[in-house]
Amino acid sequence: MTVRSGRALVLDGVGVRFDGHAALDGVDLAFDDTEIVALLGPSGSGKTTLLRVVAGLQAPTVGRVLLDGRDLAEVPVHRRGVGLMFQDFALFPHRDVGGNVAFGLRMQGVGATEVETRVAEVLELVGLAGTERRAVSTLSGGEQQRVALARALAPRPRVLMLDEPMGSLDRVLRERLPLELRRIFEGLGVTVLYVTHDQDEALAVADRTVLLRDGRVEADASSEALWSEPPTAFAARFLGLRNVAAGRVVSGRTITPWAEMDGVAGAADGPDRGVTVVLRSGSVTLSATGRIRGTVTARRFQGDHVAIQVQVPGATVPLEIEARGAPLPRAGEDVGVAIDPRGVLLLPPED
Amino acid sequence: MALGIAPEGRLDLAGIGDALAQPFVLQDALFTLALAGSATLITVVCGLPVAYVFARFEFRGRSLARALATVPFVLPTVVVASAFVALLGPRSPINQLLTSGFGLDRPPIQLAGTVWAVLLASVFYNLAVVLRLVGGLWSHLDPQTEEAARVLGASGWRAFREVTWPLLRPAVASAASIVFLFNVTSFGLVLLLGSAGTTTLEVEIYRQTAELLDLRTAAALSILQMGGVLALLLAYARAQERLSVVQRLRPASETARRPRTARERTLVFGVLGALGLFLGLPLAVLVERSFAGSGGYGLDAYTGLFTLSSRGGLFVPPVEAIQNSLVFGVVTLGLATSLGLLAAVAIASRRGWLSRAFDALVMLPLGTSAVTVGFGFIVALDEPPLDLRTSPLLIPIAHSLIAMPFVLRVLVPVIRSIDPRLREAAAVLGAAPSRVWREVDLPVIRRAVLVGGAFAFAVSLGEFGATVFVARPDTPTIPVAVARLLGLPGGGPFGQAMAMSTVLMLLTALALLGVERFRGSAPQPF
Repeated sequence: MTVRSGRALVLDGVGVRFDGHAALDGVDLAFDDTEIVALLGPSGSGKTTLLRVVAGLQAPTVGRVLLDGRDLAEVPVHRRGVGLMFQDFALFPHRDVGGNVAFGLRMQGVGATEVETRVAEVLELVGLAGTERRAVSTLSGGEQQRVALARALAPRPRVLMLDEPMGSLDRVLRERLPLELRRIFEGLGVTVLYVTHDQDEALAVADRTVLLRDGRVEADASSEALWSEPPTAFAARFLGLRNVAAGRVVSGRTITPWAEMDGVAGAADGPDRGVTVVLRSGSVTLSATGRIRGTVTARRFQGDHVAIQVQVPGATVPLEIEARGAPLPRAGEDVGVAIDPRGVLLLPPED
Repeated sequence: MALGIAPEGRLDLAGIGDALAQPFVLQDALFTLALAGSATLITVVCGLPVAYVFARFEFRGRSLARALATVPFVLPTVVVASAFVALLGPRSPINQLLTSGFGLDRPPIQLAGTVWAVLLASVFYNLAVVLRLVGGLWSHLDPQTEEAARVLGASGWRAFREVTWPLLRPAVASAASIVFLFNVTSFGLVLLLGSAGTTTLEVEIYRQTAELLDLRTAAALSILQMGGVLALLLAYARAQERLSVVQRLRPASETARRPRTARERTLVFGVLGALGLFLGLPLAVLVERSFAGSGGYGLDAYTGLFTLSSRGGLFVPPVEAIQNSLVFGVVTLGLATSLGLLAAVAIASRRGWLSRAFDALVMLPLGTSAVTVGFGFIVALDEPPLDLRTSPLLIPIAHSLIAMPFVLRVLVPVIRSIDPRLREAAAVLGAAPSRVWREVDLPVIRRAVLVGGAFAFAVSLGEFGATVFVARPDTPTIPVAVARLLGLPGGGPFGQAMAMSTVLMLLTALALLGVERFRGSAPQPF
């Protein structure tokens, strides 16, 4: 790809191979000055490797990394001026909170009083004002995360990268912190790369989501667009959609494993073809009058709803329905199901 | 040592065969194995109940008791030898008590100079190894596995045999091989406590070199000894590998509890009492003897240290030996820590066979007997460009070689334990490689360096086997002086030997207190 000017951080055909296995494979990405981007993907998809390449901890086998148009190949880790927040935080155990946060500033040769001011400032920003003298071993998981963030922020990095920052935190924090992180990121005005394997976290924190799969870019879109129009079956499944299956379009009619239907967007135009059918969340409902009949095979309580699996006679895959309220059918009961054609998405067939 | 094999500058392998064919060699080898084997067996059998009590029961002063039980292991051999000479010899207070109490005309206990004294002292010395290794693992074994066996219908003994023992066996094997190794290479105890009838290979090497001046036989014996030790080390490595059986280990604090039944209380108090008596009595008698003069208690033996004994054996007043030991100790500390730090960084920074091989190479002096090291030094460094035989530097160099494995054992795991991501984090935050080392590695290992240094100092203070080869008559160390004094007849030198041993015990204790102070969470070399 051609390098667009004005982009802060550019990865140009970056590939990394470990023992013949490609951790990253021909990755082209460009990020703006103030963009907040989630790097999403299952474990082993290359997210962390990508951060390490940008930080200079991992040399790319092929390709270039450019920061403000400058090739970083010859720039060693400690001169790149990027911030990286490690998974599990990697706080220095022999230094207190202040010592950890001040580290990057000291490396830059910043004067003692200025260091002190800046440390207080970032600690305040992450909600830990006045904790400079605390030993890091006495911090809770959430506090350690904030200190790690403060440490990465203190030297005012050009790019801030976070590797699974919620990885080791408990559920309550995982739900509350993304909004707080988002607030902090917005005030920074730098490129933020946020690695996560949790789609909800990605949506909550980032404006743009890059989905990685086996070291390649599978999808790259604004977070809302990715959610409403997942571009591939893999993306749809990874975002948590349960009803994804192979189907066909014949004479404008959509043939799914569960039913044939009209009125699906994009089905009318174009030739007959194989497709991947994706039912968006909420488009499948239990309905006494529903055209599709099936048998409940399993029920799974999910907190705010119950996932009900329905086996439709002749279908190769069961349907999964999010049901709320009572009474809910039991396993073995016959039920009617309705699918709203407006919630059906047609994607290219899977390989 | 090559000089011993190649006396005229050409290799003379037949010489080895001839030397080893001498009848006393087989006799010495068999005696060495028998002595080491029985000492090891007794040590393990006596050590298991102690390990059990320390691993499974919670009682007041447990950590202090454990620390005290480890003390004999770190005591210099001459101190242990002196203590047992004091305890088991004719002048023993026990003998005096028995003689006067029962009106006997000669002391009933006459064990000094017999194999029994050597055996007792070996057990005294090595009990801590069993306690540390076996007790260490035992305290982390999940008691629930044994409880599960009990619930499934196994009796207490059966549960131990079928569940605990198999899990414990690797640690027992490992402890046994280490104790056996120490017994095989034990020199000071056998030389000072034994007699002409108790000659091990170690003592034979010393005799051939120092008394008979037969370097070829000494070299051949050293090679035999090293071969045996190497085989033992391999066995130890295998035991270690088996030791790393994957199992769920519990924190020691969760596995121990207070003794509940009367039987358990009897067991705990009985084992602790016997242990205290066995470990405490020899040392108590040593100190008692150092104050006992001909006419009641006094400081005669200590003031005698400042005068030159007229009866030979020592060419300087004994107090100079104390001064020598301290100076050598400080030089060893500097040498061993600086070289050890460099070696540890090199070993820890790379993995794979090269690192392992180097690791093993530096560890070799630990397995090789001190006598072999000392012997190697005098034959290797006797001509230009390295003619150090007359240099007083030779002693700290030999001590550093012997202390190096201890320093490495402390440093390498600490360096390896540093999370590589801490270095990466420092680099990302702008620290150049040398700065990363200074900011991340150094603060973490500083403590370990101090611990290693204190160990090196303690090793240097107590080292006997190699020093007895390389020390010149006018620069004896404390252990050498003690050995000379013990070899002299009469009550004066005996008292002085006890006094010097007491001083050495105190100095060693101070060095090891330093270790404890710096140690924190740093690992022990064993």
